[in-house]
This record gives sequence, C-alpha cells and structure tokens, in this order.
Amino acid sequence: MNISWYIVLSALLFTIGAIGILVRRSPMVILLCLELMLNAGNLALVAFSREVGNAQGQVFALVVMVIAACEVVVGLGLIVAIFRRKLPLDVDDLRELRG
Amino acid sequence: MEAVVFFLAAIGATAGAIGVVALRNPFYSVLALIAHLFSLAVLFLLLTSAFVAAAQVVVYAGAVMVLYVFVVSYVGSAHEPMLDPVPGQRLFAGLLAFFLFVEISAAGLSSALKALGTHGPDVPAGFGDPAAIGTLLLEKFLVPFEASSVLLLIAAVGAIVLAGRKRQGNSSKGTPPGTAEPSVKEALTR
Repeated sequence: MNISWYIVLSALLFTIGAIGILVRRSPMVILLCLELMLNAGNLALVAFSREVGNAQGQVFALVVMVIAACEVVVGLGLIVAIFRRKLPLDVDDLRELRG
Repeated sequence: MEAVVFFLAAIGATAGAIGVVALRNPFYSVLALIAHLFSLAVLFLLLTSAFVAAAQVVVYAGAVMVLYVFVVSYVGSAHEPMLDPVPGQRLFAGLLAFFLFVEISAAGLSSALKALGTHGPDVPAGFGDPAAIGTLLLEKFLVPFEASSVLLLIAAVGAIVLAGRKRQGNSSKGTPPGTAEPSVKEALTR
C-alpha cells in the first residue's frame, strides 16, 4: 500500500476537523473536532514512521495522545465549570472573557 | 487484501469524522468519534504499529470517550441554532477547508515523499510492538516520558480546580447542604 494514500487520508481527516471547528458552536463539539485534527496528525506521524522504518515517530504519536488527553481533561473541566455557572454553552456568547 | 482493509478503514474513519461534524446531538457526535477511532486503530495496525493501535483503543476509545460521555450526559444536549450568526460562514469555512486540504496534500506528497521514496524499507518483525516502543520510551525518550507524566498530573489537578465544587463557603455559614441553591449572581461572582 502506497504511503501517499495515508497522507491524503490524514489531510482529509484534518480538513474535516478544521471545518467542524469553524462551523460548530458548541464547545464540546469543538473539542471533538480538535480530537479529529490531532488524530489526523497521529496518522501522518505513524505513516511516515513506517515509511522511514524508524519507530521514533510512533513515540511522537504516543506523546500527541498524552497531550490530547490533557487538553480533553482541562477542556471538559472548563465546560463543566461554565455549565455550573449557568452560562450558555455557545462560543459566540462566550466571546468575552468575563466570569 | 491490504488495499481492501485500508479502504474499508478509510471509509469508516472519514464517515466517523463527518458524523462528528454533521450530527446535531453531541452524544451522537461522541459515538461517531468512537467509530472513527476504531477505524484509525485498524489503519495503525496496517502500518505495523501495534502498540499505538492498542493505546488508541484503550486510552482514547476506552477512557477519554467515557469522560466525554459522562460530561455530555451531565451537561445535556444544548440546542444549537441551525442558522449562522455570520452570513456565509459555512461557505467560507468550506472554501478555506478545501484550500487547506489541497495545501496539506501537496506539501505532504511532493516534498516529503520525494525525499523518502514511496516504497519503504522492509521493517523487521518486531517493528512497533510494545517491546520496541517501551525500549525507545525508557532509553532514548526517558525525559519526555517523565515530563508527560508530570503534564498529566498537572492537567488532572487543573481539572479538579476548574470543575470542583467548593464546599467550605457553605459549611462555615452553617447552612445545611443541599437546601440553598446558589443564585446566578452568586455563581458568577464565585
């Protein structure tokens, strides 16, 4: 299987995630689309790692997973805090950084 | 055979991604993301990286998605308005995304692949299995490994600080718990 297919698929998934971040307005769905973009990056990293024959790219992918987990934890904590303060869960209404 | 599995997994991953973006209910979006993650794990297996595929299924689809499901069911599915506040937002987003796709594909396919060649070496039998990744993590990448563990700890503490309920204010005033619901203004100034 040619490596180009993986790269094009990764670009496609990254683009779908970017569309989601640009279009959707619920912070939770935006976090999900961020996951899509991170996973597309992971796919490219693993594909290039296979292509070079060097497993260090897979370690990169694992570190990306760790970063994604941290981002999810903090982001969901923010969403719960916003919900508990009875603010609207909409990024257009939350544009001012006032508690 | 490999091509068939690749295209099945690629279709699954793309459909999952489109589902995440297009579905209105956040709960269904989470489920679509889980399908997407499983398809990606199949792709990782095709690329002979078994440990990353296992970590994908166990960590992402197992742990992170459970967190999402809990938060979605706690917050509830808010109704997102269908109409855009900015006119033509979707058109611009689609246009921008198309150019982004062309650019990433061109960058990845031209420069990077010409330097590498497109056939790839025959990797040894233990490529990407847990032993190889573990050796790499604990010998060459020991400092980033430890730093990521500290980062996870910081994120966990930060999430508790952000989302945790503060109880000491109520108990010092002597009000029994659960009787006085804090008003919106009180919640905002807290």
